[in-house]
Amino acid sequence: MSGSPAMQNKRRFPTAVVTAIALIAAPFVLPWFDAAPNTVNRILVWGLFGIGFDILFGYTGLLSFGQSAFYGTGGFVAAYLLTQAGFPHVILALIIGMVAAAFVGYLIGLLALRRTGIYFAMITVAIAEIFYFVEFNPLSAWTGGENGLPGVPTPSLDLGFTTLNFTSGWSLYPFLAFCYFVGIVIALRIVRSPVGVVFTAIRENPLRAAAVGHSVRGYKLAAFVIAAAYAGLAGGLLGVLQAFMPPDAFMFDTSGQLIMQTAIGGRGTLFGPLVGASVWLFLQDFLQATLGLGATWKLVLGLVFVLLVCFLRQGIIGGVRDLYRFVHARASSRHSGQPDRIAAQRPSAAAASARAGAEIVRSAAVASLAGRHAAPHDAGPILQATGLTKHYGGVLANTDIDFTVNRGELRGIIGPNGAGKSTFFKMLTCEVHPTSGKIMFEGRDITGMNVTDVCQLGLTKSYQVNQLFNSLTVRQNLTIAALAALRGRFRLDLFRNLAKIHGLSERVEHTLELVNLGARPDTPVSQLAYGEKRRLEVGLALASSPKLLLLDEPLAGMSPQERIETVALLKSIARGRTMIIIDHDMDALFELAERVTVLQEGRVLVEGTPDEIKRNPKVQEAYLGGVQGVLEEAA
Amino acid sequence: MVNWPNFLSQLFNGLVLGALLALISSGLTIIYGTLGVLNLAHGAMFMLGGYAGYVVFKLSGSFTLAVIGGALFMLVLGVLMERLIIRHFYARPHEDQLLLTFGLSICIVEIVRFFFSSMSVAVPAPALLSGITPLGTMFYPTYRLALVGIVIAALLALYFVLYRTRLGMIVRAGIEDPVMVDSLGIDVYRVFMVVFGIGSMAAGFAGIVNAPVASLTPESGEAILVQTFVVVVIGGVGSFPGAVLGGLIAGEIISLTSMVNPGYAYVMLFAAMTIVLLVRPRGLLGARGRE
Repeated sequence: MSGSPAMQNKRRFPTAVVTAIALIAAPFVLPWFDAAPNTVNRILVWGLFGIGFDILFGYTGLLSFGQSAFYGTGGFVAAYLLTQAGFPHVILALIIGMVAAAFVGYLIGLLALRRTGIYFAMITVAIAEIFYFVEFNPLSAWTGGENGLPGVPTPSLDLGFTTLNFTSGWSLYPFLAFCYFVGIVIALRIVRSPVGVVFTAIRENPLRAAAVGHSVRGYKLAAFVIAAAYAGLAGGLLGVLQAFMPPDAFMFDTSGQLIMQTAIGGRGTLFGPLVGASVWLFLQDFLQATLGLGATWKLVLGLVFVLLVCFLRQGIIGGVRDLYRFVHARASSRHSGQPDRIAAQRPSAAAASARAGAEIVRSAAVASLAGRHAAPHDAGPILQATGLTKHYGGVLANTDIDFTVNRGELRGIIGPNGAGKSTFFKMLTCEVHPTSGKIMFEGRDITGMNVTDVCQLGLTKSYQVNQLFNSLTVRQNLTIAALAALRGRFRLDLFRNLAKIHGLSERVEHTLELVNLGARPDTPVSQLAYGEKRRLEVGLALASSPKLLLLDEPLAGMSPQERIETVALLKSIARGRTMIIIDHDMDALFELAERVTVLQEGRVLVEGTPDEIKRNPKVQEAYLGGVQGVLEEAA
Repeated sequence: MVNWPNFLSQLFNGLVLGALLALISSGLTIIYGTLGVLNLAHGAMFMLGGYAGYVVFKLSGSFTLAVIGGALFMLVLGVLMERLIIRHFYARPHEDQLLLTFGLSICIVEIVRFFFSSMSVAVPAPALLSGITPLGTMFYPTYRLALVGIVIAALLALYFVLYRTRLGMIVRAGIEDPVMVDSLGIDVYRVFMVVFGIGSMAAGFAGIVNAPVASLTPESGEAILVQTFVVVVIGGVGSFPGAVLGGLIAGEIISLTSMVNPGYAYVMLFAAMTIVLLVRPRGLLGARGRE
């Protein structure tokens, strides 16, 4: 994905510089192609509107059908100030309009983000339509109702020695181009900032983004407000461009057109809306004027859109990018017999692994000082659950579980299928809340807290079924988890460079080595083997340096060879850490754990050292229906 | 002072609109609940049903035939749409499904505009049901009264299918737990196809029977779609009783507010939706299964 910060940093020409050159060149080049200045200006306004929408949809994965509400709000606030209230400063009015739209966006976001998925889509559709009616009736005294607000002035800039007047056509272009340029520069910073990385994480897997310690709700709201601000500014510029603020800016069609342009151009690219708007407005002119199709142009565009959604998911930019990569990969493999990319990565990967290797030695040394060997179990309990009970309707998943784990301990949990092991873990990490009972973590009552806060306190787990950020690379996955640990649950460092976050790259490299993925940091998750995905799953939990790490069946689905490797891996991870492991592989668990808790039918059956468990007749009864001695043989 | 006859007649208008919204929303909600696809073309299907009925009416001159022919056309069209297009999107993310059905709705609207222009068309009420009926102190258009009956009959038919047939049992089970139904060895794709057909037919049927009350334009579906969404948010996704309750609430809110000031109808609708979202985010009768 182009959302990858690492990739964009490698580009030879900074995107912003290329954009600036293109924007400056446009008025000299485009007239050769008979492009009307008004159309070009319009494309810029749609493009700017779309930047915010792309951050919301393309990056964060929230498909809003209600952007017209903010476009209209920004536009009408600015237009009202300039035409009715006698406010003289055009640029200031535009900014006030943008702030007003952002504020409305904040309020609407609070409401719409109460629900996810299709609910969010439905609520935004409803809100867009309602804003249109509100503009028409209750607020018609301010907005001019169906007449809109005519006479919006154009900006001028007093530079002291001369005054720049932007009027219309190519004369207005520099102003709009400058706005677009500022908009794209800010957006590029945002998507490459830690916040941008979290946006992508939310798009890929909101559940895991929350579980590694990011406030998903907060970041979604941030994306929503950013999109509303862009929409508000674009709405204001529409009034300036047309010297008239049209009421149809509020129409649902406006939101629809924005969505279609973004999808046509390419989502998650920031420039997609600009490309989409160019295609849209060009086709509209071409179909209507040149081909004389009249009103049918929209049908043609609708069909084009449906075909794109079906066959070219990433839009025009995505299609061109894939084509370029395809051709490039073929060309380079012809030259060298091996893709450049991998060859180029090798030395750096080797250097990184050497560095991280040294790190491991160092941290292992530190760990063995602070770890359980130096400070044995008298360090006291880190986790205490008392009377933990969970009912699903009439089903008793867990009943009255008392459970204590000490600092530095490595605890195993076993139990037949349906014993309530996973429910128990979910309660400990606060993914589900117990029907009754209490959970204390480091002396603090965490019962009823949410999974994000608990992760921030230092308690997290790796999932039984992989929960990864699938279209991102291994490194990006770990970066997401590490960011939560370094920045807390929510922080709006929108313009911070990822490379400047203290300790981030060290932490990511360290985790890469810990889970033995140092050789493939830039491989997308979708191309990893199952065993590697499983290790990355553990890595995501590790990257947040939990004080207590829960592993839910880390060996599930692995081949015997992979199991051996992973057990060795878990042993090395366990140094200096407190862990609880659920697994069905008893050989592995007995080898790893110091103490084992056996669950059966939602209750603690017995607890003890691996040897005690193996010999315990109740355990043998639970697993084997009373066939004596089988477990001992197996061990 | 409250104008009682006016109030009563608006109350009835609310019932008519509410019943219609209930029928359309049930179609939307069972499609979503079963297939997991939010059909943004549902409003367009409502509009297209109206036009299908209009064509049959022009050809045959019979309102009854128009209703039956139009409804069957929508059933077949729904089945074809599921088979040919929607089916390929089950494995794709929600956003792609939304984009697809949004694109389809634009295509449907523009195809109708291509054939029938943007001018409105009207289907007259059947002779038997035209005129007005005295209701105590007021007079009320006979067809509107009949419309309530017709829509309630359609809702009952839908209820029968959902709650008294094998198919309905599978559909309801699918709304509760789609994974489980799939693993029981039921051919879910066949069920999906039928459900999409029935859902489309519900919208189309509502479009036809509503045609004598409000004239048809290619844009008729848009406002209906928005109202339907509000109904589903209020009633709860995937819930047939929720759709009926939400429909009635929305219908009455729109009608009664219009009596005071039509401009505020949507504001009140929005207020109702906001309250439900704040107090009961799952909707009044929301199912637990789909999220």
